[in-house]
Amino acid sequence: MKIISCCSPQHKEISDNLPCCPKQEMPERELVPSIVSKVSAEWTWRDYLGQIRCRISSFRNSYAVKPGFYAVGSPDRESDIFVSANYKLSFDILRRALKGLNAWLLVLDTKGINVWCAAGKGTFGTEELIKRIVESRLEKVVNHRRIIAPQLGAPCIAAYIVQQKTGFRISYGPVDAWDIRQYLEAGYKATEDMRRVKFTVWDRLVLTPMEMIPALKIYAIYAALMFFIMGLKPSGIIFKDGLADGLPFFILGFLAVLSGALITPLLLPFIPFRSFAIKGWLVGSMVILIAIKYISPAMPVAAFSLLFFPLASSYIALQFTGSTTFTSMSGVKKEIRFAMPVYISAAFISIVLLVFFKLNQWGVL
Amino acid sequence: MRYLENVTSLEFFSDKCTGCGRCVEVCPHAVFIMNTRKAALRDKDMCMECGACTRNCAFGAITVNAGVGCAAALINGIIAGSEPSCGCGDTSNACC
Repeated sequence: MKIISCCSPQHKEISDNLPCCPKQEMPERELVPSIVSKVSAEWTWRDYLGQIRCRISSFRNSYAVKPGFYAVGSPDRESDIFVSANYKLSFDILRRALKGLNAWLLVLDTKGINVWCAAGKGTFGTEELIKRIVESRLEKVVNHRRIIAPQLGAPCIAAYIVQQKTGFRISYGPVDAWDIRQYLEAGYKATEDMRRVKFTVWDRLVLTPMEMIPALKIYAIYAALMFFIMGLKPSGIIFKDGLADGLPFFILGFLAVLSGALITPLLLPFIPFRSFAIKGWLVGSMVILIAIKYISPAMPVAAFSLLFFPLASSYIALQFTGSTTFTSMSGVKKEIRFAMPVYISAAFISIVLLVFFKLNQWGVL
Repeated sequence: MRYLENVTSLEFFSDKCTGCGRCVEVCPHAVFIMNTRKAALRDKDMCMECGACTRNCAFGAITVNAGVGCAAALINGIIAGSEPSCGCGDTSNACC
C-alpha cells in the first residue's frame, strides 16, 4: 500500500519537509460521495522522527494533518468510524493502532492540538463533529449509525446532542488507542482499566524535556544576570569575579531547574504531600542542602541559596500540573493562592540578601 | 496518584439520574460507579474537573466547574485578567 504522510497546508515550513497528501478522489464507487484520503497504518521513519521532535520542541505546535475523512485498509459499508484530532501525533497513533483493520477515520479540525487538550479548548467539540459528519455525508457511506470517539474527547462532546442532530450514536472508545482491538472484540466494551487514564514513569519522562527546555531558557537569563551582578565592582565589571563569584549561583540554579523540572516529575508519586509546590520545594531543599555542603559558600550566599533555590524548584514543579493527567483546576487554584505570596515575598527577601552581600563585599557595610 | 482532597467542584444530583451510564463511560478517573438503577459517586476526590461527565449527561444530573488544572494557564489568566487559558499555541509554554 502506498504510504502517504499528510500535513496541513497552512504550515509552510512543515509542508516542505513532509510529502503532503493531495486530496485523493476515490473512484466513483456506488453511493460513496465523500472525498476520502487513504492512509497506511504503518509508520515511516518520518513519523518516528516527527514524534521525537514533538516531545522536545515547539515543532509540535505545527504538526498537523488535514482535517477530513480517511480510510485505513479497505473499509466498507459496515466498517467502524473512528474520530480523531488533526494533531499528527494523535492521528498517527490511531492509524497505527488500526493496523490490520478496515476502518473509516473522521479527523476533526482541532488546530493541530491533541484530543484531550482540544476537548478542553472546545475545538474537539460537538459542533465540529456534527459538521464533519454532515460534510462527509457519513449516512451515505455506511449502513450503520455508530461512531467511536476517543474517551478523552468527551469533555467537549455531548454524545446525546450528536445523536439528536445526526442519528449517529457515539460509543466512547478506550483512553489508549492500543486497546481498540480488544475493545472491538469485546463488542464495543471497554474494561474499567481501559477507561482510566494513567500516568506512568515513562509517561512522565517523555514530558520532562518540555519542562526542562522552557526552564533552561529562563535559567540562561538568570545566569547572565548573576554573572553581571557578581562581576560588578565599584571600579566596573570584572569578568574574572563574575565567573568565580557567580559559579555557586550557576551550579545551584541549574540544580533547582533539575529538581523542579526533572526529579520532581519523575519521582512524583514517591515524594510526600499532594501539593506540587510542596513536592518541588522538598526536592529542591534536599538537592540544594547537599550541594551547599560541597560548595560551602559564604554565609550570605548560603542563606540566599536556601531560601531562593528550593522555591525556584517549587515554582517549576508547580508548572508540571499542566502536564499531568489528574490535577484539577480547583486544586491548582488552591495551590496558587497559597504559593504565590510565598514566592513573591521570598523573591523580595532574596534581592535584599543579594544587595546586602554585594555591599558587604564592597566594604560599604 | 491522587491530588488535593476536598477541592473539587463536582456535584451529583441523584434524583435527576436515569442510570444511562454515560458518566461511568467517560470519566477517566472512575469517579462514578453504576449501582443497580442509578450512578453514584465512588471517589469524588479523584475528579480532575475535565467536564466530560456533565457534558455527556443529558439529564443535568451532574455539575462541575470544568477547566484546566494547569498552573501556567491559571497564572497567565490572573496576569491577563482573563479566563485561564492554556497557551498551547505558544512556544514558551509547556502546558498540555
